[in-house]
Amino acid sequence: MIDELGQFALVLALALSFGQCALSVAGRVRRDAALAGAGEGAALGAFAAIVVGFGALIHAFVTSDFSVLNVAANSHTAKPLIYKVAGAWGSHEGSILLWCLMLTGYGAAMAASRRLPFGLKASAVATQGALGVLFIGYMVFASNPLARIDPASIPVQGDSLNPLLQDPALAGHPPFLYAGYVGLSVVFSLSTAALIEGRVDPAWARWIRPWALAAWGLLTVGITLGSYWAYYELGWGGWWAWDPVENASFMPWLMATALLHSAAVTEKRGALASWTVLLGLGAFGLSMMGAFLVRSGVLTSVHAFAIDPRRGLLLLGVLGVALGGALALYAWRAPALRDEAAFMAVSREGALFLNNILLAAATATVLIGTLLPLIRSAIDGVPISVGAPYFNLTFTALVAPALVVLPAGPLLAWKRGDLSGALRRLIGAAAAALAAAVATLALVSPGSVLAAAGIGLGAWVIAGALAEAAERVRLFRAPWPEVARRVSGLPRGAWGMTLAHVGIGVFALGAAFETAWRAEATEALAPGQSMRLAGFQLRLERVQEAFGPNYEAGRAIVRVADPAGRLVCEAAPERRVYAVNGQALSHVAICPRGLDDVYIVAGDARAAPSGAGVLIRGYWNPWVRLVFAGPLLMAAGGLLSLSDRRLRFAITSRVRAAAAPAPAE
Amino acid sequence: MNPAPTLRRAAIALAAVVLLSGAAAAPGDRLGDPAQEARARALFRDVRCLVCQSESIDESDADLAQDLRQLIRQQIAAGRTDAQIRGFLVSRYGQFVLLAPKPSLGNAILWAGPLLVVAAGAAALIARRRLPRESAPLSSQEEDALGKYCGDDQV
Repeated sequence: MIDELGQFALVLALALSFGQCALSVAGRVRRDAALAGAGEGAALGAFAAIVVGFGALIHAFVTSDFSVLNVAANSHTAKPLIYKVAGAWGSHEGSILLWCLMLTGYGAAMAASRRLPFGLKASAVATQGALGVLFIGYMVFASNPLARIDPASIPVQGDSLNPLLQDPALAGHPPFLYAGYVGLSVVFSLSTAALIEGRVDPAWARWIRPWALAAWGLLTVGITLGSYWAYYELGWGGWWAWDPVENASFMPWLMATALLHSAAVTEKRGALASWTVLLGLGAFGLSMMGAFLVRSGVLTSVHAFAIDPRRGLLLLGVLGVALGGALALYAWRAPALRDEAAFMAVSREGALFLNNILLAAATATVLIGTLLPLIRSAIDGVPISVGAPYFNLTFTALVAPALVVLPAGPLLAWKRGDLSGALRRLIGAAAAALAAAVATLALVSPGSVLAAAGIGLGAWVIAGALAEAAERVRLFRAPWPEVARRVSGLPRGAWGMTLAHVGIGVFALGAAFETAWRAEATEALAPGQSMRLAGFQLRLERVQEAFGPNYEAGRAIVRVADPAGRLVCEAAPERRVYAVNGQALSHVAICPRGLDDVYIVAGDARAAPSGAGVLIRGYWNPWVRLVFAGPLLMAAGGLLSLSDRRLRFAITSRVRAAAAPAPAE
Repeated sequence: MNPAPTLRRAAIALAAVVLLSGAAAAPGDRLGDPAQEARARALFRDVRCLVCQSESIDESDADLAQDLRQLIRQQIAAGRTDAQIRGFLVSRYGQFVLLAPKPSLGNAILWAGPLLVVAAGAAALIARRRLPRESAPLSSQEEDALGKYCGDDQV
């Protein structure tokens, strides 16, 4: 009964989305506030209806209602409750429902927003409604998450969820990721609306900022959770593999990052208007492309899930209609956008523009590298592989210059900057970066010039961001009360920027250090034997049996001692066998030690030199915590920016500030 | 009938097998010379495990990856250069086996694409700098906009 109610609600949501689109269009064309208001009401209704459908699916999973196909295929009574709930979005159908939940949720939030002017809002709500029609229509007609099984063949037990996916980080990863992907739909709708209205001005850039910031921050958290999951769950000791599915989530992030910076130029100076609009369309376009690539099976990936080629083609159609329509509109309307605020190459705009060029090129690298194998096999049938060696080279080559320029950007004035003045204020940061690089070369062996350069770059970005913040508050140059007044008086957006820039620097430090000096050791050990890993001693104490809620495991107890012989931890990596399908998986044990991890995997049973033993693989991942902490700092910076009161209060003062002649900040 | 208890017993048996039986030991596969082994590891990272999902043979536990690792170690031990080994792998498995494709006309876009984006951006930056510093008098539309910015905007 609840299931049928849910199915009805999903169909109702489709109808309401259609109404949302049609009423908003009519309201806009006839300049009728009542009609447009009805469109907004339909947007709220569509969200409510999807919530009902989503609730019905959660209910079916929690109660293990195996008469629902989706539940029978993806759940099991022995599964812990949290993974029953998470199972609701672990399948193709469920993940599309989660996508639609987010899409209508953002649509409702936009409809409820009081800030947007009439025309822009009606056009944007109409566009969001059209996206709703496409995606909810796809769900209702081709991907029903609540479909029942023929009553004659209802199973007694479900087929479970992949045990790899039974993990807290992964339960939270899709909601964050989708909230990020789909948050970009609002930017997409507002960009389309700006094209329809034919106006892109500083106020518009200010309006898209909270949405872009929220989507970007959520996407950052989602990707980091996914990366962390891959790190500790897959047992390979790495955190990024340039796998096509990872790339599919990374491309919208790169473009959203470019968008935040380009929108800052549009907001403060009215320049780069059509470019900002293009990024707004492209960011969600890449989100949709990712959704298609991941589910269609055209890519081979360890993470590909919920694959269904036949429906993949339909999803490609959805993507083509949405993105093709938007780009056609762009081609038609963008030339009419006025965008002629002039600026010198050396200026804040120039630095942000350079950042955008490099981020766009980095996106192009990831896009081409991900798609070329598909294109080549379609055109000339030559299968090629594009993997980590290519991406590491090209991506680093494009992002490193962006990081070099980064600290100077916020120190340059708008319109016409003073490069030598900015560099003078960065002397301290340059000294810190040089010291970090030299210290790395001198102290860490084996020496690596490339890694030392990476460390220096990370230090440069962090010190540069802090130097800029110090400059703003006149640290050490003004009396303390004045500094304190400036600290509290600076807009939160500025602090958010500083925090996010420190975050990317922290990430660079971690990535450079970990990549250069990670160590690995593999030995077959019998109980009592030990091996060395980067100075640590790993001794296998014993092997015992262990039992989980839905698996049996062989557990190796490994004593980890540091170079001085002190106990670091007793690790207990497991080799788990899941009762349902007999799938065997490694459960990694991680000993955190400051910023570093000792990472231990128990493998198959192997013959050790002195009898029966277990294959123990250990990784020493120095500074790896920074790789995850950096992006979280960036997301925190986004959150801080989002709390900026300028994004929430009276519109006139904000617009006036935006139109005032470039204030020296 | 609920098949779970049977599976459970089978799984316990399997876990015991996995933990106690002896098999070929990976540590024994390594080359004696650490420099040669390091070369082998570097090559492993560039070679695709053909039966896996976009993994290198350095990461994969698949049998084919194991075979390829042994093949590469043998060739290194026999004194072949990295280029010779790559050439051999390509002749045997095709371009698909290399994770970093060899530069060729069909692959040129991999390197040209990002460079073109940078070039286009640089061109746009230069073109923008040449724009006249003083723009034309305000149009009526702009006057409206200015009025809006100056405070009489009701939104």
